Amino acid sequence: MNWRRVWTIAVKEYRQFFRDHRTVAATMLMPLIQVVLYGYLSSDVRYQPTIVWDLSHTAESRQLLQAFAQSEYFSFKYTANSMKDVVRAIDDGDALVGVVIPPDYAKLLHQKKTPQVMVAVDASDATAARTALSVAQAAANSVAQRLQVRQLRMSGASVREIGIDVRTRAWYNPGLRQEVFIVPGVLALVMQFTMTFLSMSTIVRERELGTLEQLVVSPIRSGELILGKMIPLITIGYINLTTILLFAVFWFRVPILGSVLLLYVTVFVFFFTTLGLGTLVSTIAKTYIQAVQMIQFFLMPSMLLSGFIFPVAAMPPVLQWASYLVPLTYFLTIVRGIIIKGVGLDYLWSQLALLTLFGAAVFATAVLRFRKRID
Amino acid sequence: MSEPRLAIEIAGVTRRFGATVAVDRLSLTVARGEIFALVGPDGAGKTTLIRLICGALALDEGELRVDDVAVTREPQRVQAAIGYMPQRFSLYPDLSLMENLQFYAEIFGVPSRQFASRAGTLLADFALAPFGSRLAGELSGGMKQKLALACTLIHSPQTILLDEPTAGVDPVSRREFWRILYGINRGGTTLFVSTPYMDEAERAHRVAFITEGAILSCGTPEELKRNLRGDVVEVACAERGDARRALRSEPLVRSVEIFGETLHALVASAAEAIPRMQQDLLAASIADAKLREIPPSLEDAFVAGLAP
Repeated sequence: MNWRRVWTIAVKEYRQFFRDHRTVAATMLMPLIQVVLYGYLSSDVRYQPTIVWDLSHTAESRQLLQAFAQSEYFSFKYTANSMKDVVRAIDDGDALVGVVIPPDYAKLLHQKKTPQVMVAVDASDATAARTALSVAQAAANSVAQRLQVRQLRMSGASVREIGIDVRTRAWYNPGLRQEVFIVPGVLALVMQFTMTFLSMSTIVRERELGTLEQLVVSPIRSGELILGKMIPLITIGYINLTTILLFAVFWFRVPILGSVLLLYVTVFVFFFTTLGLGTLVSTIAKTYIQAVQMIQFFLMPSMLLSGFIFPVAAMPPVLQWASYLVPLTYFLTIVRGIIIKGVGLDYLWSQLALLTLFGAAVFATAVLRFRKRID
Repeated sequence: MSEPRLAIEIAGVTRRFGATVAVDRLSLTVARGEIFALVGPDGAGKTTLIRLICGALALDEGELRVDDVAVTREPQRVQAAIGYMPQRFSLYPDLSLMENLQFYAEIFGVPSRQFASRAGTLLADFALAPFGSRLAGELSGGMKQKLALACTLIHSPQTILLDEPTAGVDPVSRREFWRILYGINRGGTTLFVSTPYMDEAERAHRVAFITEGAILSCGTPEELKRNLRGDVVEVACAERGDARRALRSEPLVRSVEIFGETLHALVASAAEAIPRMQQDLLAASIADAKLREIPPSLEDAFVAGLAP
């Protein structure tokens, strides 16, 4: 290994990268745009816009609506004057929930009968809809229970309110804030995307340009060339990581509970996977377009299987097995573990070991495949 | 240790790409200090042969030595010693002229003290000195070509291989480029140049005609022309296409090809063939044809070699 040649390649790559303003801008801004978009767009299941058609207009109906509002899952944005209004608001997507209270609501309650209240939800997003429905059911039940107790007392019976107090705990993310879950995931995703793309293009471009043929006929060795190209990319990767972390902490108020140092070390291990993958693709693809298509073929399923959106634990067994073949799965687990749960190596060592194994295998294959030949 | 007499030794080299044989049991030697031209049509195997010599491609059979070092055994040593300018020599367009030069100097391990003087000499010789800080992508075609050559020469190689170095370069730049190549050769450097241009081959010390991966003939330009079996008859007329068709059916004419404004016909004996050819042309109602015997050019020699 001739370090002077490694450094020569690195300096050349630095120069080329920072002279290409468009690539610099794309590389530096894309992670931020992704974090901001995912951070804000990640659907929050609380405060769902709700339209109400209250035909009862009584203290009783207002009590029920108040119970709904207190759950924080409904935000009464619109009032309707007809069923048509309700349907239209949901059809248009202005409201996700429609609540209709019939005119005889209070009367039926006083007659100790069971009034019917309609709660209609836009179930396009099944998770949010399921939550809204069960919260509505629970809110109505508790109102009914309180009414029953009051009526019994009024009839002279001595009753004590009996209930089962279910204390819920949302561990690690007590505020149930979606961005706390999403932002570390975006960090992992962006690191994978940027690094594989940059490493792939730096080699494929050189092949397309024809300069690779000149380097083949020179004393430089494959390892020196690849290492020289990786050094600037690792710098760029760490710049990206740091900006995303700063944004996460100071903009989205996502606290980093674990060791930042461990996070940086893990990212270093992950570099071998991503940069190795990019290099591997560049040894197979002949043109940039081909390389982009090949890398998409890998990046897309790896995003879906890694648990970035759908939790691995909820996947069918076959897909769970497939997800263990995706290095991003381990990286994501570690990143979320460090940032959200604040756990350390004692919990994450097995994940880190597997990630290291993957990185070493992918990188070694890439270097071995990258022979100093043009055929 | 005595200096090896041969710069390049190629012995029975074969390279296949799937079913096609790009280079077929080819043997050739290039002496030190020679300008050697490899001439042949597109697809003859010129580029493959040069890539094999510099170890960029693996050979299937045979033996290849450059400055007495076996390419198959020590490619790294050969690659450090030679200069190679591929057909599509590319510079880094986003680096300046000087940065490109420095990059190759460092890759080839030129000490930085030597680099300053070596770069200075090359840039002065190539009239590139005023453009040191200009981005390579903003240089003219001819200047790019010269910078590519300067990058190839930065580590003072004793043997350089150039694959069609003047393809796509304007005639003035081509002439200047060859002036520079002669200068390098006077300094003792061996040049192995592939070219599709016969006028460039005429400038070489020795020429090899290559077709379908094999050497057709090899020698000095004079030898090749002298070895041509037969005479060349030049036919000047207005309707060259008709004349060519008329002469093709003449049994005394071995081949007839269009050469710019005239036709060149290859015959066994000019004295015997010219009257017959005149009759053939008149029979085809071509009255303005002027026929004369001319000394063969290198291209005639090449065409004669290809003719059955």
